[in-house]
Amino acid sequence: MTRRALSAALLALLLACLALPARAAGLVRAGAVADEHHITLELAGPLAAGWDWPGNVAVTERESPDIPLAVTGVEVSPDRTELTLALAEPVAEQGAYRVALRQVDVGGVRSDVERFLVRKGVLATLLSIVISAALIQNFVFSRYLGLCIFFGASGRKETAIGMGFSFGLVMTLSAAFVWAMYNFVLRPLHLEFLQVLTFVGIIAIFVQLLDTVLRKVNPFLFKKLGVYLVLITTNCIILAVPLILVGNAYNLWESLALAIGSAVGFALALFLMACVRERLELADVPEVFRGLPIAFLAAGLFALAFLGFSGMSF
Amino acid sequence: MSTERSYTLLERLGNGLVKENPIFKLALSMCPAVAMTNTVRNGFLLGLAVLFVQVASNVTVSILRRGIHERIRIPAYIIIIATWVSVSDMGLAAYAPGFYKEIALYVKLIVVFAIIISRLEVFASRNPVLPSLYDGLGMGLGFMFGLMLVGCFREFLGAGTLWGFEILPFKPFFFWSLPPAGFFAIGLIMALFIWLERKFNAWRTKR
Repeated sequence: MTRRALSAALLALLLACLALPARAAGLVRAGAVADEHHITLELAGPLAAGWDWPGNVAVTERESPDIPLAVTGVEVSPDRTELTLALAEPVAEQGAYRVALRQVDVGGVRSDVERFLVRKGVLATLLSIVISAALIQNFVFSRYLGLCIFFGASGRKETAIGMGFSFGLVMTLSAAFVWAMYNFVLRPLHLEFLQVLTFVGIIAIFVQLLDTVLRKVNPFLFKKLGVYLVLITTNCIILAVPLILVGNAYNLWESLALAIGSAVGFALALFLMACVRERLELADVPEVFRGLPIAFLAAGLFALAFLGFSGMSF
Repeated sequence: MSTERSYTLLERLGNGLVKENPIFKLALSMCPAVAMTNTVRNGFLLGLAVLFVQVASNVTVSILRRGIHERIRIPAYIIIIATWVSVSDMGLAAYAPGFYKEIALYVKLIVVFAIIISRLEVFASRNPVLPSLYDGLGMGLGFMFGLMLVGCFREFLGAGTLWGFEILPFKPFFFWSLPPAGFFAIGLIMALFIWLERKFNAWRTKR
């Protein structure tokens, strides 16, 4: 009952966040990063003749609004509804850029300054973060993190599933908490150098908290997951995700997407490995290779397979 | 003789390097051993950072061992390790910026390396300062030795060089330079260690 209410609340929150970027239509209808040096803007109507670009176009990165990116040229399409801005510095498809057009006249509507934020859609960004964390940059097979737990908990399928689930729970909660801590406490106070110390502390507290709460609230679930909760504190991934989300200046939703993606990737890796190791127990392995050495070789084969994802981008 | 076992420097070094080698024997903290060992130099520098953190936190815990309450020892250890990791992180960022860029994430992750906290728990919290220092040296050097051994193996076979110097004029086996080869290298070296140990034990019982 409570679970259903919780999932409904989560769904409502997600919808609210997706609805947010739908904004009132301005003179610029859409914008996108076309390639490394070009940004295209789609206008609501034809641009009036006589508008010239020098001094009337400004582009900045969202994160650093004080540093203008040099615009080297603006091309107007034949029907005058599309602008292509050429930039001296490279721009990234994943980035967010503020474009300001001055003294423009589009379809008869004049505007002194027209501002537009060029970025990928929220859903597309989140999805690409999830997929990249789960498959393309899989934490176990492409970034080689969390190996202690990976080899420790992948002996049986059942343990693998339990570990994957509790890991996802702790990861998502602590990522949200770390994000808030960093953006509302550490950054305003200029204490960035305390990152490692505070993040480790937060994670340790969170694991302990979950342990205590679960023990009281849901003894059944605790009996299933309790053993793994203690182990999670020594998992590299649980610290790597906060460091990565801080390093990339992710917002809250992007941080949650990264956490969920990494949890899915870790659970997937554990499950795949557990399947292989259950089979290996029945196989005739040379005596010196039994146990960990053969598990390492199998993990190497998986890593080679995951290398195939590396060319992908979203 | 006191009731406590006395440890000498040599015995601790041998223990860390061979008998309880953190990578091949204890199989702890293998993330950097897989990810950062495509060249000897990377392995050496990361090993140096681990050595520093291990020795410093071993000594700190050993000094404070009577003041840390049994119940809160794990958080206390983690805070001590995190402090020394922050020190080495900032030190590396200041003095070796080019190299730091490559391994920044792994240096910060030394905090959660299981080898360090397990040595604090098993050894430093029960022994005086000097043996703890020796133990830290032994374990740190053992870790560094492990990283460099894997690094030698992969760099020589993958690029035909050692520490950036050309040994062979061609690349014998490019596969070993690829990141996933770390798994294979460690698996093979681990099996080699087990094999050598068996041979050694059989030889000793025969005599």
